Amino acid sequence: MLSRIKQFFNTFLLTELLRGMFLTGRYLFARKITIQFPEERTPMSPRFRGLHAQRRYPNGEERCIACKLCEAVCPALAIRIESGQRADGTRRTTRYDIDLTKCIFCGFCEEACPVDAIVETPIIDYHGERRGDLYYTKEMLLAVGDRYEAEIARAKAEDARYR
Amino acid sequence: MEFFQDLLGPAWTPVWTLAKIVAIVLPLLAAVAYLTYAERKVIGWMQVRMGPNRVGFFGFKLWGLGQPIADAVKLLTKEIIIPTGANKGLFLLAPVLAIAPAMAAWAVIPFTDRLVLANIDAGLLYIMAITSMGVYGIIVAGWASNSKYAFLGALRSAAQIVSYEIAMGFALVGVLMAAQSLNLVQIVQAQAGGFWHWYWLPLFPLFLVYLIAGVAETNRAPFDVAEGESEIVAGFHVEYSGMAFAVFFLAEYANMILVSTLTSIMFLGGWLSPIPGLPDGFFWLAAKVSFILLLFLWFRATFPRYRYDQIMRLGWKVFIPVTLVWILVVGLAMQTPLKPLFH
Repeated sequence: MLSRIKQFFNTFLLTELLRGMFLTGRYLFARKITIQFPEERTPMSPRFRGLHAQRRYPNGEERCIACKLCEAVCPALAIRIESGQRADGTRRTTRYDIDLTKCIFCGFCEEACPVDAIVETPIIDYHGERRGDLYYTKEMLLAVGDRYEAEIARAKAEDARYR
Repeated sequence: MEFFQDLLGPAWTPVWTLAKIVAIVLPLLAAVAYLTYAERKVIGWMQVRMGPNRVGFFGFKLWGLGQPIADAVKLLTKEIIIPTGANKGLFLLAPVLAIAPAMAAWAVIPFTDRLVLANIDAGLLYIMAITSMGVYGIIVAGWASNSKYAFLGALRSAAQIVSYEIAMGFALVGVLMAAQSLNLVQIVQAQAGGFWHWYWLPLFPLFLVYLIAGVAETNRAPFDVAEGESEIVAGFHVEYSGMAFAVFFLAEYANMILVSTLTSIMFLGGWLSPIPGLPDGFFWLAAKVSFILLLFLWFRATFPRYRYDQIMRLGWKVFIPVTLVWILVVGLAMQTPLKPLFH
């Protein structure tokens, strides 16, 4: 009987609802945990597979030797390579395109590369404004590599002891 | 003012009335716009987020205060898509039917004892009549869209609004029994003399029923099965886009403000100050309305959506009996020496 009366008052005085509202009301004043993206970033693994880049040796020579292993391993068929002989007699790519709209960012190209030429950088905030803007040619990939070489080298060094 | 009165002659009365209407509707629309901002902020905070904080004015972020303006501009410039199978006339009429009652009801709302557009004796009756019309906009929208989801949403909404209207009406019967008047100004004046004289205390069950039925009446969470995005996409306004959708949105939020204002007037003493010594005024009404609006947002951040049959059970089997019992209590008390408690 007493429990019936207790339940009656609990129901009609909305005690459980008030407890719920007390909980959310407390969170109204809690410290907010939002990361304000362009100004703040979450920590990122050195293995992160973002935008691709072509690297150079310290003397300025491009690393890629047109072995086409990356083209062969690419599961999405996003890489297209044509090769030829340069004036000094070395084998180089005349064309190295990655279609980023096809790419699934698996990182196999980076794994396959014997000279660490093609790499995936931790860059995530890039975009294209027109159709074809995300079709990266050799020049664009080399430009990315030149621009972020310091970061790429650091990420590689950080990850080296686990390989 | 005398000068304009002479200048316009017989045209003065309609022009002056129109000016007063604009003076009510424009701040109301601004309040609606910033209520959406407040909602996103408050719910964001309760979910340990920040809410909109980027869009400001003139290069300053200002905690995102420009967000409602940006939203309005976006909606104004978007295309209004009319589905092929829709009934075009009704489809375009529905938003108007939804927002017109939400605006028209403000004609009799007293902001202070002198600041009221139309101080009519049947004010409460007018309010109940006008707010009941709002459901037509929803029904027509659901029917004219020629879409299953919209139709289901409209059916749910119609059933729900009609059910809760009864409980709401009964709750107001208690108020008018206590105040002995249908005039909103007199209802507030009957509550004079500090917050313990306001009707929320003697009519506490009716106050709770009115508040909760108000949430249900405006189709707000946790009673938003008419929208129910996890079940019927967006309910009655699923086919609406651009400004037509925005008008439904405006109507929903204007109704929220209206219900909050009515609750403040009926149960929380309108413009009266809570302590007898302090001056009365519009800011008390604004404070009370803001608090109830905060409750609306708070409910949405706290409670999960009701199941449809539970909504109906609550409306018919709980609220209506509760209000009837309390009306009986009030009526009996009126005939005994307990009368001053309720009047």
